[in-house]
Amino acid sequence: MTALSIPVPRRPVHPTGVWSWITTVDHKRIGILYGVTAFLMFVTGGIEALIMRAQLLQPEQDLVSPEVYNQLFTMHGTTMIFLAIMPLGAAFFNFMIPLQIGARDVAFPRLNAFSYWVFLAGAMILNFSWFLGGAPNAGWFAYAPITSTVFNPGHGIDYWVLSLLVLGIGSVAAGFNFVVTIINMRAPGMSLMRMPLFTWMTLLTSLLLILAFPVITVALIELLLDRLFGANFFNVAAGATPLLWQHLFWVFGHPEVYILILPAMGIVSEVIPTFSKKPLFGYPVVVLSGVIIGFMGWMVWSHHMFTVGLGPVANSVFALTTMAIAVPTGVKIFNWIATMWKGSIDFKSPMLFAVGFVWLFIIGGLSGVMHSSASSDAQQQDTYFVVAHIHYVLFGGSLMAIFSGIYYWWPKMTGRLMNETLGKINFWLMFISMNIAFFPMHFLGLNGMPRRIYTYDGSMGWDLWNAVSTAGAFALALSVVVFIVNALRSVRSGEIAGADPWDARTLEWSISSPPPEYNFEQIPTVHGRDPFWAQKREGVPTVPVAGGSGEEGGHGIHLPQPSYWPIVAAVGLFIGSYGLLYSPVSNFGLAAAAFGGAVTMISVYAWSFEPVNDPVTGTEEHTQH
Amino acid sequence: MTQHAQTQTGDGGAGTAHAGHPTPLTYFKVAMVLAAITAAEVGVFYIEGLGRGIIPVLAILSGIKFALVAMFYMHLRYDARIFSWFFVGGVLLAISVVMALLGLFQFFV
Amino acid sequence: MVEATAPHHAEAETTSTGLSHRKLVMWAFLGSDCMFFGSLIATYLIYQGKSKVGPFPEEVFSIPVTSVSTFVLLMSSMSMVLAYAALTRGNVKSFRVWIFSTAILGMTFLAFQVFEFRDFANHEVEIDCTSVETANLTPLEQKLAAKCGEGDLKIVEQHGLTPRTNLFGTTFFTLTGFHGFHVTLGVIWLLSLGFLSFKGGVRPETNLDVDLAALYWHFVDVVWIIIFTVVYLYGVFPGI
Repeated sequence: MTALSIPVPRRPVHPTGVWSWITTVDHKRIGILYGVTAFLMFVTGGIEALIMRAQLLQPEQDLVSPEVYNQLFTMHGTTMIFLAIMPLGAAFFNFMIPLQIGARDVAFPRLNAFSYWVFLAGAMILNFSWFLGGAPNAGWFAYAPITSTVFNPGHGIDYWVLSLLVLGIGSVAAGFNFVVTIINMRAPGMSLMRMPLFTWMTLLTSLLLILAFPVITVALIELLLDRLFGANFFNVAAGATPLLWQHLFWVFGHPEVYILILPAMGIVSEVIPTFSKKPLFGYPVVVLSGVIIGFMGWMVWSHHMFTVGLGPVANSVFALTTMAIAVPTGVKIFNWIATMWKGSIDFKSPMLFAVGFVWLFIIGGLSGVMHSSASSDAQQQDTYFVVAHIHYVLFGGSLMAIFSGIYYWWPKMTGRLMNETLGKINFWLMFISMNIAFFPMHFLGLNGMPRRIYTYDGSMGWDLWNAVSTAGAFALALSVVVFIVNALRSVRSGEIAGADPWDARTLEWSISSPPPEYNFEQIPTVHGRDPFWAQKREGVPTVPVAGGSGEEGGHGIHLPQPSYWPIVAAVGLFIGSYGLLYSPVSNFGLAAAAFGGAVTMISVYAWSFEPVNDPVTGTEEHTQH
Repeated sequence: MTQHAQTQTGDGGAGTAHAGHPTPLTYFKVAMVLAAITAAEVGVFYIEGLGRGIIPVLAILSGIKFALVAMFYMHLRYDARIFSWFFVGGVLLAISVVMALLGLFQFFV
Repeated sequence: MVEATAPHHAEAETTSTGLSHRKLVMWAFLGSDCMFFGSLIATYLIYQGKSKVGPFPEEVFSIPVTSVSTFVLLMSSMSMVLAYAALTRGNVKSFRVWIFSTAILGMTFLAFQVFEFRDFANHEVEIDCTSVETANLTPLEQKLAAKCGEGDLKIVEQHGLTPRTNLFGTTFFTLTGFHGFHVTLGVIWLLSLGFLSFKGGVRPETNLDVDLAALYWHFVDVVWIIIFTVVYLYGVFPGI
């Protein structure tokens, strides 16, 4: 739309400084914002874990009260899943996807910025609860009816609900953005089956995001209506059943764990071929396995509910589907191993973390297969055996892969190399201490130690492994410190990286480190998989076909302009959430809710009327929305 | 998906220059069919003695309405296939999950 | 500038599929919204028949009235599609008529909803003490009948249905409330487009903006088709 006679504020024009970050719509900057914020949340969740492990070091300690302990495990889980792992994945989606597909930005740059600011708002709402009467305390899955106002009269659960609703908006928006970006903005010649594996996994993850989050949104709304307005969704006295919450939560929750692991698998599928100097073995099969996992992930959710009393038919069905989903997962592992087989392996830090991922994820998968049998799960459910499984797949799996990605793409993002020695120390310390922290939990679980207990009796025989686990946890924390030191040193004085320090395969390595604001001087043309290897080794060019779109032919490159509206809309949601929380009891709350809603509505309108590229500054209006 | 598709069908075929595009008369006819089916559904409602047999009847009737609106008003019949995949995918997944949940809650016994 | 002749496809997209980003995202959104409404419908059906106290659906629903509002919404889909067709033919005036008609029909639907919700909230149970047939009474009516004493002609009590009353109230108002919220946002969107057309902001070459609103509007209609069938028709069918 062209300019109308409606007065709109001037577009921001800050090339540098804090305001340039606040109004940025550049996917690379947004990626960095996500990465830094998520890492801080990772450290927060880690501290919450360390306090718990310190409390469990010996029997019958009282470092923290049971009430605080409940808040710690709730916040640790919620933070790690929603505020650390998912946004760390998002950091890579943001920075790398446009580069990998040969685009200049994502399909909806302002929506992209909005997703980040909404993530920050949700993170704040959740963490401010510590200081506003108490954090949520019902576990990261918040089973009814312990979340009712009868058993949980404070505001902790309300903050949990609202923060997840807000975070969900950001995640779903990002899901839409990446689905459209990947489907619609690939460089010429890049068919779906020529995309980098990380791009494929991001596409599948984004599809899961947009389909799964609505389900938990409904569950959260139902809980909120119960708590704030006296509805009956989980009111047993009115005939309701707590099982409704469990089902709705896990219908979301199981696709959610694939949202957590598919990006990790994508990262590893980039790193292993690069450092084995061989293409990914069986690329189509790895893609297909990802698709099958995404599809079947909808059929297994009640394996989280084997002990609830669903009956033998339901239990059997879900046990079978859960066992079945191990197959495509296992297939991927064979493909990674086959990629390394007879490859010329270079064990740089990214590769160490990637191979560590494969090993640790196998262990996590094995405990998962043990869970898939409903009868054996009856003994494992709600014990530390599950905690072991979770941490092997999420720490040994997702997080290890994320570290692999950080080490791999660090030079591209910062222009500097990480120190290899520190990287190796980081890896080995992390790998070894992770096993020390979490392997004993298998024993503790099989020996009957329940989850979510703040202490235990000395006569249970759990002392030794708890002590070992705590030692491992603190060593793990040390490995994270090593990483931070490595990162800070690199940023300050690391060796200059150059465009392609790893002799890598995909398009992001064909441009400078860090990339220019416009990414590619000319949009590349792709003729197969691993297009950069093809260019380097076989001379297959990736420059554009002659007589291209003409937009680069001397016209200058059009980039989306910065905007205030994404952050303003997020602020509206932030204020509105708090208002909503207090609205049943206070008119001020109602006013704040209305005000927040109005701010968001106004932002949406202003955003719609704001052209992507500002005609005032002289750039052409471009239909890259 | 080889060359970047610089086409003129930007919005997926919105103009009347498109082959097979419905006319306003078609739209009106579809509206009349929708109204008639609604009347039929309400009529069926008042038939005594149908028992649980009303379920497939209503399902089919409302399914037809759904399909007519999607295919004609939402233009899926004339538009790029990928739109149908997105929408039908969401619909099928929603139906499957709802059916599975109802089964788990013994809705069908 | 193209006027009222052949429609002009101004948004030449250099995209991998040749399709507009915004149209693609709207369809993805509609697929996603299916899961949202699916979860609400599942909740409604799971709790159907499980309320411990009344009023129950058969006591408050009026199929004839809801049939009318359903018809109104269906007709609004027709007027929406005619609005879009008018715009692509270059007839902005006709577009305006049809889009405001759509908005008005939508507001009519919402008025029916408000009327219905208030009616439910003020629902009264009445029993004629002089001719009580206990066989056909609902539980609430039975409770009232038990209160009939000497010389009482009839007893009337208010038993409104609100989201707090029982499972039916909770699930019904939430499901239809969120649908109504979707309709409200749609009406605002349509009115905005209508008013924008006075300022020249809606033109044949920007028909994608209207196309997107139309898709959203039809989806909202389609969801109501499901709700009307599942909640009203199936829900109170006396044969089950």
